[in-house]
Amino acid sequence: MEYLEFEKPIEELNKKLTQIKTLGSEGDVEVRETINDLEKKIKDTRKNIYSNLSAWQKVQLSRHPNRPYTLDYIYNLTKNDFIEIYGDRQIKDDKAMVGGWGSIDNQTFMMIGQQKGRNTKERQYRNFGMANPEGYRKAKRLMKMAEKFNKPIITFIDTPGAFPGLEAEERGQGEAIANNLITMINLKTPIICIIIGEGASGGALGIGIGDKVLMMENSWYSVISPENCSTILWRSWEYKQTAAESLKLTAEDMIKNKLIDGIISEPFGGAHTFPEKCFTNVKKAIKETIKECQSIPIKQLVSNRMEKFSKMGVYK
Amino acid sequence: MGWFKRIKKGVTTSTSQKKEIPEGLWYKCPKCKHIVTTKEHKIQMYVCENCNHHDRINSKEYFEILFDKNKFTELDAKMTSKDPLSFEDTKKYTERLKTVQKKTGLKDAVTTAYGNINKLPVVIACFNFNFIGGSMGSVVGEKISRAIDYARKKKYPLIIISKSGGARMMEASFSLMQLAKTSAKLAQLSEEKVPYFSILTDPTTGGVTASFAMLGDLNIGEPNALIGFAGPRVVKETIGKDLPDGFQTSEFVQDHGFLDLIINRKNLKEKLTQLIRLYSS
Repeated sequence: MEYLEFEKPIEELNKKLTQIKTLGSEGDVEVRETINDLEKKIKDTRKNIYSNLSAWQKVQLSRHPNRPYTLDYIYNLTKNDFIEIYGDRQIKDDKAMVGGWGSIDNQTFMMIGQQKGRNTKERQYRNFGMANPEGYRKAKRLMKMAEKFNKPIITFIDTPGAFPGLEAEERGQGEAIANNLITMINLKTPIICIIIGEGASGGALGIGIGDKVLMMENSWYSVISPENCSTILWRSWEYKQTAAESLKLTAEDMIKNKLIDGIISEPFGGAHTFPEKCFTNVKKAIKETIKECQSIPIKQLVSNRMEKFSKMGVYK
Repeated sequence: MGWFKRIKKGVTTSTSQKKEIPEGLWYKCPKCKHIVTTKEHKIQMYVCENCNHHDRINSKEYFEILFDKNKFTELDAKMTSKDPLSFEDTKKYTERLKTVQKKTGLKDAVTTAYGNINKLPVVIACFNFNFIGGSMGSVVGEKISRAIDYARKKKYPLIIISKSGGARMMEASFSLMQLAKTSAKLAQLSEEKVPYFSILTDPTTGGVTASFAMLGDLNIGEPNALIGFAGPRVVKETIGKDLPDGFQTSEFVQDHGFLDLIINRKNLKEKLTQLIRLYSS
C-alpha cells in the first residue's frame, strides 16, 4: 500500500501494528490489548483525516495508485461475467478506453470507461487513461449497439483528459468528442455515468452525458486539472491547491451547483483502502438508479436528459 | 561595411520636431508586413490584399460584412455573467469582467442576432475574441442555446462563427457543461431539419471545437485559421518535437477530413447565400 502525505499518521500506526503483531507471534508477550488499542487508534485517525479532506487532498486521492480503476469495477460488479469488445471499426483499438457487455444480477449492461495502468509499463500501454479519437469512436459504437439491443449503459469516467497528441489532432479529437456529446444526448436507452477518479474536461464529458451522473466521494470533475489551471491563471505550478479550491471540483461542490445527480460514498480510508466496500456501494447505486431510469418511458427519459443539460449555467 | 558612419548615437531629432502620425491610420499585416490604410483594410474585409492573411475580427465586423446594410436585431443583448463560483485568481473574475466590458463595450464573448443575408433570413451567433479570448462560460452557452432555439422556432438557417480559446476557466464546471448544453440544443435543431453552418475562424480550439463548432451540417473554415482541440503549445510539449508546418491550419484540418470547405472572407456572404438557397430550394 502506498500512502499519501496526509495519510502518514495512518502509515505510522500501521507500521507499529505490524511490529507488535510480529512480536506477539514470536514470543509469549501479551499483545492483544495493545493491538486492540492500535486498531481503534487507526480507525479514529482514519476517520479524523477523512472527515476533513481539502479539495486538493481529494484530487490526490482520485489519483491514488491503489485506487480501483474501470476494469476493477467492471470485473467485480459483473463477477467476471464480462466480454470486452475492441476497436472502433475504423482505424484501431484504443487501450485507454475499454468497453463491453457485462451483467449485474442477470441484467445486461454496456460498460465503458477510461482505463489507467498500475505500473510504468501498464500506464504506457493505457496511455495514462488519455483516450485518442478512436477511443471516443469505440465508445460511441458500443453505445449505439447498446441502443439497438435496448440495453442500458454505464460509463466509468477516470481520465486526466483527452490525449493532446499530434495524431489525435490529425484524427479529429474535437470532432470525436463533439460527436459523442450529440449522440449521447439522443441515445434511446438509459445512461448512467460514474466519475470514479479524475474527470478532466472534454475528455471526461466525451462519455459523460447521462440520465444520472454520479460521482464517487473522492473524485473530481472540472473543466481543467488544478495544475494546468494554476499554470495558466497564476503562471506557476505552485497554486494548484488554491486552484483546486477555486475550481469547485469536488463531488460536494458539483452537487451543490446542480451539475451532477448524486454522490456515491466511500468508506473512511477511501476506495483504495476498502475497494470491496466501494464496489458494494457502486452496485447499490447502479441498481437503484437503473430502476428509476427504467420506470420512465424512453422518450420521456431522453427529453428529460436534454432538458437537464439545457438548464445548466448561471447568468443574469 | 556601411556607406555612412553614424557619428552621434541615437535619434537626434528633438521631440518637438517629431511628426505625429494619428494612431490607427495604417494597418500593417502581421504576416507579410504589407501596409495599407485602415480604411482600405476595412474595405478589404480585414484581409491582407498581399498575402490573404485573415485578420482577427469580432461580431461587429462580421455583422457588417454579412447582414444586409448592417441591419440586424440583437438577441439577449444584456445578458451577463453572474460569477457563480466567486472565482478569483490573480484578479477577481467580477473585476476582470468589468474591465473587459468597459474596454470592449461588450457584455460577453458572443453576440447573437437575426437579420437578412441577401434577403434571406438567418440567425448568427458570432464570437468576440477580444472578450477574454472568446472563452465560453454560462452566458456564451445560454446565448448560443437561445439563438439555436430562435432558429428552430423560425426555421431560419443557423450560422455560428467561432473564434475561441475554449471553455472559460473562471466558471469551471459550468463552462464545461456548456459543451453538453449547446450539443443538446443542436440535437433539437437537427430534428427540425434546419441547416446549421459552423464557421471556424482563427483560432477555434478546446471546448468549442469539441462541441458545436465541429457539429455543423457543414463545417466551414476561414483560410489558414488555427483549428484544433489541444492548443499547438500543448501538443508540442506532449510529443516533445517541433510541429510540422501547417499543423492545425484550416487546410490541414480539411485534408484530414474534418472541414467540409474553406471560404475566403471576401466570398463568405455570397457563398453562404448560395448554400442557404441550395439547402432550401
